[in-house]
Amino acid sequence: MTGDLLTFEDFPAGKEYPLGPVTVEAQDIIDFATEFDPQPFHVDPGSQQAAQVGGLIASGWHSCALLMRMMCDSYLLRSASDGSSGLDEVRWLKPVRPGDTLSGTSTVVSSRLSKSNPKRGIIIFHYEVRNQHGDVVMEVSGSGMVATAAAAQERAAAAGDRP
Amino acid sequence: MSEKAIFELLEPGLVQNLGSHTFGREEIIEFARKFDPQPFHLSDEGAKKSHFGALCASGWHTLSVWMRLNIDNGRKELERLCGQPIPADTFGPSPGVRNLKWSSPVYVGDTITYTSTLTGKRKNPKRPGWGMMMSHSQGINQNGIVVCAMDGAVTIRTQ
Repeated sequence: MTGDLLTFEDFPAGKEYPLGPVTVEAQDIIDFATEFDPQPFHVDPGSQQAAQVGGLIASGWHSCALLMRMMCDSYLLRSASDGSSGLDEVRWLKPVRPGDTLSGTSTVVSSRLSKSNPKRGIIIFHYEVRNQHGDVVMEVSGSGMVATAAAAQERAAAAGDRP
Repeated sequence: MSEKAIFELLEPGLVQNLGSHTFGREEIIEFARKFDPQPFHLSDEGAKKSHFGALCASGWHTLSVWMRLNIDNGRKELERLCGQPIPADTFGPSPGVRNLKWSSPVYVGDTITYTSTLTGKRKNPKRPGWGMMMSHSQGINQNGIVVCAMDGAVTIRTQ
């Protein structure tokens, strides 16, 4: 049994999964950027570089990480996900600023069984992330791998996860 | 005053050596707890049930470390390649990245060495004084296997 696990069959073309909301505070922006992207406009609201972009803005990599978290919370953690081998494009369209509340949509563009491993499906997704004003702040196109229902059942049985 | 704008000195093919990072168990789990809590990024037990087989880093963690090393070493590398200092405000935000590939997992203890190769530059006709620098970046593990790659762009002053 795979219980309520989402599998390849749950991601047909056109299917949409809502993302978020998640609110980003100034300290979140500074904490992420201090570790991974310590440019002045990401870590120092009083810097000249921040002034040039209208104040503190989140690292684009922080926005990506938040998109990932929203995907996990929306559907990935209750799916037979096998990860992703890559993304075609990430577009940072508008800055993410302190206090912004992000939400969005994962839309299945197409899905097919993997040619090299038919126990797995390849899902082409388009992700859109918006702020509280409805502005699209980030668009992402890419793919994810999800096990088929049959493969997920086999895997659960092998792991001894019987109900 | 003989220094040219760094933009003028950039030539496709220049390779920035951004340095290396060894991914520890704790940092892999800490990043995943915050941003990518899938079982194969949180524990060996969870990973054994997946096709990864062992705990591995979130792809976003792998690329976020690229960003950090790019900040720490990228400008220094460009200064070395161009032979002159680069002002702190030379670079602006990035419009995005393309062709992100996570071609092989990054496991606990793997040391990833990152490079960025300049692939092009252009002036922005709509924004005098600014342009774009394009590059191809990749991370290679201690066995010579490419684990991540992407094509990036960043805004840059042209004068």
